[in-house]
Amino acid sequence: MASTIIPTITRDGAPATKASPVAVVCAALVAGALFGFGLAWSTMIRPEVVLAFLRFQDLGLMLVMGGGVAVTFVAYQLGPRVLPRPLLGGAFALRAAVLDRPTVVGAAIFGIGWGLCGVCPGPAIAGLGAGSYELGWAIAGIALGALGQGITAGKRRG
Amino acid sequence: MTQSMWFPNGAFPLGWEHYLFGGLCLGAGVALLFVLTGLIGGMSSVYSTTWSWFVDRPFFQQSSLTGSRVWRVAYAGGLIIGAAAWFVWSGQPTRVAVSTPTWQLFVGGLLVGYGARLSQGCTSGHGICGLASLSRPSLVAVVTFMATAFMTANVMWRLVGV
Repeated sequence: MASTIIPTITRDGAPATKASPVAVVCAALVAGALFGFGLAWSTMIRPEVVLAFLRFQDLGLMLVMGGGVAVTFVAYQLGPRVLPRPLLGGAFALRAAVLDRPTVVGAAIFGIGWGLCGVCPGPAIAGLGAGSYELGWAIAGIALGALGQGITAGKRRG
Repeated sequence: MTQSMWFPNGAFPLGWEHYLFGGLCLGAGVALLFVLTGLIGGMSSVYSTTWSWFVDRPFFQQSSLTGSRVWRVAYAGGLIIGAAAWFVWSGQPTRVAVSTPTWQLFVGGLLVGYGARLSQGCTSGHGICGLASLSRPSLVAVVTFMATAFMTANVMWRLVGV
């Protein structure tokens, strides 16, 4: 079920050094904070705004998605070409999703849920930082859904 | 006079700048994580990796889950800190209250959690990280969840009325 592959050697053929776990946690905190700031700034933490997009009332989500993909695209494409390895060590991971039935069926189910509540996994968590404690209901649902997926799909995938 | 079903108040009734700048900012977070650590920062995985601390089943003890659970929790914690920083920076008069009914949040959440983990990606995993990786499976996933989300949201709102 690995959806990412982390190479064991870097582009120049050297074995991938392991980044310090503390450094990785600090990097994840800072990167997550930027992500969360962006989610709040773009009002994606408000289900009403997401639902307005899905109801064809406000095209804003396309700008958020487009802006996010554009910046990430530059990093994903340029990073491994310019840098021999990530700045803190390790190796650049590859996203290795496969096009199979669970990917499509899961996406369809995800979309039905998203269309019903207007909340995705990231904004549900970020919203807590802006005092939207109602999103705890969405977090509880998502966590239980993820638990159910792990329990029922353990044999098919993994 | 009939009002248009599509964008009755224009494409961006609330303005467009905050959408674009917010999108660039969240992309910068995903980009920074990759440049610093090489990690791909989708958000739905944390809901599975966190269970690996509490559930002994083999599925939740896979190394791909146990090996990434620490940084993923930190990444999720960062989300809360970042949104709180925005809250202070933007000078919101009160907390951001959510008016979507509780049952919708919970039932929708169940489907979101199950579906995203089955599909191995959500709006950030397939949408941001997958598309930026030029991943064909992610493109198919994005088109699929956009289609079912548009259908669900419009059926619920225009036909059912919630």
